[in-house]
Amino acid sequence: MTQAQQSVITDEMRAAVGVEGPAAVLEVEKTNCRMFARAVGHADPIFYDEAAARARGYRGIVAPPGFFGTPVFRPGGAAAVPGEMAGRGFSVPYKRVLNGGTDYEYFPDAPDGDVICAGDTITARSKIAGFEETEGSLGPMLITTRETTYTNQHGKLVAKMRGTVIQY
Amino acid sequence: MAQVHFEDITEGDEIPQLKKNCSTQQLVQWAAGSGDFYQIHYDKDFAQRTGLKGLIVHGALKNAFLGQLLHDWAGEQGQLRRFGCSYRGMDEPDQDILCRGVVTKKYSERGKHFVELDIWTEKPDGKKTSPGTALVTLPARS
Repeated sequence: MTQAQQSVITDEMRAAVGVEGPAAVLEVEKTNCRMFARAVGHADPIFYDEAAARARGYRGIVAPPGFFGTPVFRPGGAAAVPGEMAGRGFSVPYKRVLNGGTDYEYFPDAPDGDVICAGDTITARSKIAGFEETEGSLGPMLITTRETTYTNQHGKLVAKMRGTVIQY
Repeated sequence: MAQVHFEDITEGDEIPQLKKNCSTQQLVQWAAGSGDFYQIHYDKDFAQRTGLKGLIVHGALKNAFLGQLLHDWAGEQGQLRRFGCSYRGMDEPDQDILCRGVVTKKYSERGKHFVELDIWTEKPDGKKTSPGTALVTLPARS
């Protein structure tokens, strides 16, 4: 394909880069930690058993890697979209969407960070880090990179996520 | 399993592999556990209408498999600091997904012992479908 494609990145999209969206509240519950861990196939009891987690020095059942809690659902509210695929609210001329990849970073050390455990209430704040356009085997595509920070009820930064969503 | 220590490992070492094979039931469990209810992962007709051959495994589940690979390797005294991957290729249910990791760098900083790794999932033919990187801290013997 030699013809240059018109950019699909609008002024509205450019203006949204770096702007934090509304905060989302995620509840970290025992049952959800277990469900997530079970779906992955984890065998470590700290993801299932409170006594085992406490015996290893944790405040409670530990949130398995990649789990940051469950968004609070309210009927009639905005659809609860998991963080990885959130934030494709702009109108672009592409119909298909792929999750391009995700990186998680944890800050488990006191005093600034903490491990995420059942009973925590996490506040997630997301922003678009940038848009990129490329031409791949699937044709022209728009790659949106989003960054989310996760803070617990004590104000400690516990994790960050950086994810890409591909539209084509 | 015995605790791995910082002194035990060398750059270039491969960590113990983790083999996965998702049933469609596991994909539904993951949908519920993660909140990702996109139908290409459990509704074959829907998946085929979008042009896929059939159901595919969630990228985020493969990422979580890599999280398990690292968590299990780091042991009780290790700590997962960073991990992630790109979703480059599709995996199907009822097919082996091999999770692997190789140590690329080790260093100590402010009393902590860090290990960087290349991680990935691969199909039975060896094709890497989810390449990524990770950072783990391990305990030291001394």
